[in-house]
Amino acid sequence: MASESIALRVHKSPLHVVYECVATADHKKIGLMYIVYALLFLVVMGIEAILMRIQLSHANATFLSPEVFNRLFTLHGTTGVFFVAMPILFGFGNYLVPLMIGARDMAFPRLNAFSFWMTAFGGFFLYASFFAGGGLSQAGSAPDVGWFAYAPLTSPTFSPGHSTDYWTLSLLLAGVGSIGAAVNFIATILCMRCPGMTLSRMPLLAWMNLVMGGLILVTISPLTAAQLMLMADRYIGGHFFDTAAGGSVVMWMHFFWIFGHPEVYVLIIPCFGFVSEIVPVFSRKAMFGYPAMVAASVSIGFVSLGVWAHHMFTVGMPSYGNAFFVLTTMVVAVPTGIKIFNWLATIWGGKIRFATPMLFCIGFLFQFLIAGLTGIMLATAPFDWQLSASYFVVAHFHYVIVGGILFTIFAGFYYWYPKITGRMLNETLGKWHFWIFLIGFHLTFDFMHIPGLLGMPRRVYTYEAGRGWETWNMISSIGAIFQAAGILIFVYNMIVSYFHGALAGNDPWDAWTLEWATTSPPPDYNFAGVPAVRSRRPLWDIKHPDDPDWKYE
Amino acid sequence: MVAALLSWATLPTFADARDGFFGPTNIFAPDSTPAHSIFRLSIFELEVEGAIFVVVFSLLAYAITKFRQRKNDDDSEPPQVYGSNQMELAWTVLPVLIVVVLFLTTAQVIHRVQDARRPPGTIEVTVVAHQFWWEFRYPQYGFVASNELHVPLSAPQLPTPTFLALQSADVDHSFWVPRLAGKTDLIPNHPNTMWIDPQETGLFLGQCSQYCGVQHAKMLQRVYVQSREEFNKWVHAQQQPAASDPAVASGSALFITKACFACHTVRGTIAAGIVGPDLTHLMSRDTIGSGAVPLTPENLRQWVHNPASFKPGSLMPAPDITEQELDQITAYLLTLR
Repeated sequence: MASESIALRVHKSPLHVVYECVATADHKKIGLMYIVYALLFLVVMGIEAILMRIQLSHANATFLSPEVFNRLFTLHGTTGVFFVAMPILFGFGNYLVPLMIGARDMAFPRLNAFSFWMTAFGGFFLYASFFAGGGLSQAGSAPDVGWFAYAPLTSPTFSPGHSTDYWTLSLLLAGVGSIGAAVNFIATILCMRCPGMTLSRMPLLAWMNLVMGGLILVTISPLTAAQLMLMADRYIGGHFFDTAAGGSVVMWMHFFWIFGHPEVYVLIIPCFGFVSEIVPVFSRKAMFGYPAMVAASVSIGFVSLGVWAHHMFTVGMPSYGNAFFVLTTMVVAVPTGIKIFNWLATIWGGKIRFATPMLFCIGFLFQFLIAGLTGIMLATAPFDWQLSASYFVVAHFHYVIVGGILFTIFAGFYYWYPKITGRMLNETLGKWHFWIFLIGFHLTFDFMHIPGLLGMPRRVYTYEAGRGWETWNMISSIGAIFQAAGILIFVYNMIVSYFHGALAGNDPWDAWTLEWATTSPPPDYNFAGVPAVRSRRPLWDIKHPDDPDWKYE
Repeated sequence: MVAALLSWATLPTFADARDGFFGPTNIFAPDSTPAHSIFRLSIFELEVEGAIFVVVFSLLAYAITKFRQRKNDDDSEPPQVYGSNQMELAWTVLPVLIVVVLFLTTAQVIHRVQDARRPPGTIEVTVVAHQFWWEFRYPQYGFVASNELHVPLSAPQLPTPTFLALQSADVDHSFWVPRLAGKTDLIPNHPNTMWIDPQETGLFLGQCSQYCGVQHAKMLQRVYVQSREEFNKWVHAQQQPAASDPAVASGSALFITKACFACHTVRGTIAAGIVGPDLTHLMSRDTIGSGAVPLTPENLRQWVHNPASFKPGSLMPAPDITEQELDQITAYLLTLR
């Protein structure tokens, strides 16, 4: 059955594939398009990172001009958040959520396609600024205001031309796409579950996508509003952020970070879902404390809406305001701790299989622990007065985004690639990928904390010698080479395994959730008959009729 | 242990840290009360977090070694455990207690640093940040300096802290001299304050740490902490109008006719521009371009010729002058002591 569907896949003409991509409203094809699109931009942002690391590897470097460097970090950040991390997670969510809840598609397939194309257009639009941003008189210039684009740097006075407009419009477009996707996830998860799948039996990945959807609805709206205000300021004489006319630039910061901080959870909560699916399967144990995990995730979602101004400890809020945001931010540590302990308890007493997906999840557990601890340092307002806007912050959030999010996304690729393509990814290459990327990650980001402690601000295109920063920056830059090598192995593995990988069969990992009950890749309609479940692990029940989960839940 | 390690690594060896391995802007080498308060808080926090890290790291490491599948495993599934309310409660309550302790300690430091009162004898300086340089106004003494901040030593028995009123002339900037205090942003139409009370004389470095445009990287800061006598001498010198030397009359005339005066002030002349740094006592400074290069006659000449050669993106345009005029203007600037 599996090999049959692979055979079918190979015989399509390229034109037919293009037509299918453009015309499709199938959640699996849209999911794949999101993923491929995001991988494309992952490579782009990686190249941007490498260029910046070359420039920063030694003092007083002249490899890049300040103008180019400023464009690179703006695009690297904007691309990473909006056109890599979000789409890749939407892609996995799109592909997996209907399969895991036993549905045939998302609730609104056309909205789904619309959302993808909006997001996709946003990303291409951003990069079109390279050719068109400067208007007719110049050769083009990309946005250079930083990914959080603090006013008044974005005003026509300081940012003439159209590069900032490209940034604004691309985020507006992507925002529309994100809200469409969020509505779709929420509706699908609440309304399309198969018989027997109550909310308390739903796979944690579906739960996490539900929380993500709710967060997006609340947080993308202020971002979109802020972009509209900025457009009004730039073109129709609005004065929202124009201090000369009584506007407030601090208001931009509030609007941006009420989006910007929950956005971190928009990204990492689905990754928690990946870990909560993969760790139990490779430890051969049920998820420990499922209700606590759900409660912790939902409360992280809620609390994350009240922490945004910890990005603004240095802008001069009153002392009680600062203290409030210290408290709310530190409170996030409690549910986060609950999650780490529950994963630990899931591993405890299990029989761990160290396949590549599990390796990446274990990397995640250690790195997320460290990222959480440095996060608490940054939540401590006085400590943050030193660390804020320094390389320590850069190291911290890359620990979250690469060490946390990207590691689990890699885990997700190794885990679900067999389901999506019908073939296994090569395990040897997978392990090479894991170890080389792990070494590169730690070389780059462990050592990146140190120049921050030694007074190096972020977003500087160069620095003078004798500040004690050279060694650490050189090590970080060397790490980037290892990371790039790891990514190359990964891409190579995906391409080679697509044609020559071992056949996966329906359920290569001996897993327990519904997506493994259908063929690999699944047919258009997902399931021949609508499945019915009695517990959180329907395939466990089938494999162990003598000792099913529903007896205990 | 963390405290011991850090203080060993930083405090004694690098208190005078210009050339130390950890450089002159190490946040763990504080020299002023706000920086000290932050330092002590951060050490306490690092100790707590170090303990958490060791415990959780060891548990994780133990679990993945101990519970790995063995070679001779019979492939049966391990016992399934679905959860435990007691354990959930335990690992909820413990972190809550830690958070309460950390929060109370933090709140105390926030209050101490942010709500500090000004003792008599406080020096007031208004800092105005510009793309990409610093203006320092001394309202108590009636003069304006640029790019190099001079403050007096603050002795513990007779504290004379310096309170900085922070403003911006254009976009967001941030004042960060790590060994003296944490950073505070300079935001247009949003006045802020911060304070320092340095306990040692010497030069303290820092730089703008809020992205402010093309040359954010070379918006450097230099704070000169001087003994009270030295500081008073410096203040007195700064209060004088510019030197007027007839030998460089051609240069001073060019300063006006080539429109330098439109942006720069030279007190005692008609030059009263406020867009660029005050040049009245230019030669009393050690650097040009807000710390970009040392102030030497050659560098000054090159700077006037083309500021972008040291600081691409600097808002100062390269003037349209001949080599001879360049020499004359440079000669004039060299007399502004």
